Amino acid sequence: MIAARAYLEDGRIGAGLAAVNAEVARILAGFDSAALVEPAALLPADVLIDLYGEDLRARAFTTHDPVLGEQMLRPDFTVPVVQMHMAVGNEPARYRYAGQVWRKQEPDSDRPTEYLQVGYELFDGTDIAAADAEVFALISTALKDLPVQPVTGDIGIMLAAIDALETNERRKAALRHHAWRPNRFKRLLARYSEGAAVSADRAALLQAAKSGTLKDVLQQNGPVIGLRSTAEISERIEILLAESEVEPIAREQVARLEQVLAISGKTDAAIKTLQALNADTTALEARANALEKHGINGFDLPFKAGFGRTTLEYYDGFVFGFHAPDHPDLPQIAQGGRYDALTRVLGQGQGIPAVGGIIRPEALLALKGAL
Amino acid sequence: MNPLKLAVPSKGRLQEQTIDWFAARGITLKRTGSGREYAGQVLGVENVELVLLSAGEIPRELAAGRIHMGVTGIDLIREKIPAWGAAVDEIARMGFGHADLILAVPKIWLDVENLDDLAAVTAAFRARHGMRLRIATKYHNLVREYLRQNGVADYQLVDSQGATEGTIKNLTAEAIADITSTGATLEANHLKILPDAPIVKSQATLFGSRNANWQGAAGVARQEILDRILRS
Repeated sequence: MIAARAYLEDGRIGAGLAAVNAEVARILAGFDSAALVEPAALLPADVLIDLYGEDLRARAFTTHDPVLGEQMLRPDFTVPVVQMHMAVGNEPARYRYAGQVWRKQEPDSDRPTEYLQVGYELFDGTDIAAADAEVFALISTALKDLPVQPVTGDIGIMLAAIDALETNERRKAALRHHAWRPNRFKRLLARYSEGAAVSADRAALLQAAKSGTLKDVLQQNGPVIGLRSTAEISERIEILLAESEVEPIAREQVARLEQVLAISGKTDAAIKTLQALNADTTALEARANALEKHGINGFDLPFKAGFGRTTLEYYDGFVFGFHAPDHPDLPQIAQGGRYDALTRVLGQGQGIPAVGGIIRPEALLALKGAL
Repeated sequence: MNPLKLAVPSKGRLQEQTIDWFAARGITLKRTGSGREYAGQVLGVENVELVLLSAGEIPRELAAGRIHMGVTGIDLIREKIPAWGAAVDEIARMGFGHADLILAVPKIWLDVENLDDLAAVTAAFRARHGMRLRIATKYHNLVREYLRQNGVADYQLVDSQGATEGTIKNLTAEAIADITSTGATLEANHLKILPDAPIVKSQATLFGSRNANWQGAAGVARQEILDRILRS
């Protein structure tokens, strides 16, 4: 037990350990056009929590330092690599790294709480399709001859489908904001298309807003406590009033969005379906063409429009994963994607187009061992 | 010799009601010594040892198997034991200590009447104030999971181990998640409950540990206690 590590019985000693180190070195060598970086294992928690939200506390280990405050054991490399790049880097830049990440798992899960990642991150905004293809091809090459199945997706397709809805910007922004939380997204879409039940209290409130007596109503219901001011409350009531008068999103429009999100098949078929739905497929085609240069038939790759939508990550463009179909006990052997929005958040608005991917060397070795 | 260790709350109304509940089933729990000493004995069933513990610590002791049975709230079991179903079993709901874990917001938030509203408000609050809306609670796990399932984001939990209703007025939180039985304290602090299903409906409950050693006398005593409960 003490010599066991993620997916490997004896991975911490002797030949088992040597095999892990050799595998990590092999993958890193494949990424040798990139600069090696080694982010800290202990990261300030506030940045990560602000980025990922409170849910991250259920997924990452936190600890407390009396001076530094709340710290978090590195749940992924992307955030510290982006920060490092923003502090010192010039574009274009390529980074590679290897090391542990730590994740809390569900109590009844046998997934490891500590595992290795070997990764590659590319910061270059000159040719998005070429950058996406470069990362996918590198990961794909590192996994060649293994029984793994790629899946690709593109969060941009979903965001564009939201944008194409004929409705106001506020509704689109709310749908975009909750695109990574399918339950909330579904509820919002239902409310915007079918309308929401209006309680008697809500009807009275809207009536007050309409007749200009909101101020009095707020005064009668005082006192005001807490940081959220009456200005904010009134503002939202005005929004509710405006929203109650907005035309519902047409049923065909919702159906189109749902059709886009349900697309699953080969990339060339997905492109045809998207075109039939009047969606812009330029980015998809450009990427597929860029993959040709790496000897990969991009039009033949499986494409799922909903792929990458339920992860914790901030992916907002190309997404991909490689899984071992015959080994459901293993996680995805590799995964990655584009995260331009994350760089904008970390850079306080100053974003850098960025795409990256990681391989899980222990899972990869377990797969090799099972062959 | 492996006596059954039964833990009951070490003080207060919950202890009194627990004693009455067992008495009604022919089991007498007696505090020994001065009444300040945390020790006691059990009459009516052989080989049962009484342990007086804070209700908040009983879940941990049950999960560790250091006690065989314990009386505590459903809320505390679910908050403090991951995968609680594998660690404890519910022997009997005792019909007192009723309390719901609820979300409450200032009454003046006339625009918030459900979780859909709360989700919209947390997003707007974050955009406006540059920080996530703070929810004060001591039930971190339950609240986080509940909000995740309901797709509420853009909030943060801040720890509050007591007087949670006061945190909003003190500007250390914008909303709270806490246990309430009557709602009187909420009312007095100008708060209202979000009427969506409570996060947990709790009451005092007798739990058994799945991790304790039930060999010998403990197992026999367990059967005797279960029989008494069934007969009542």
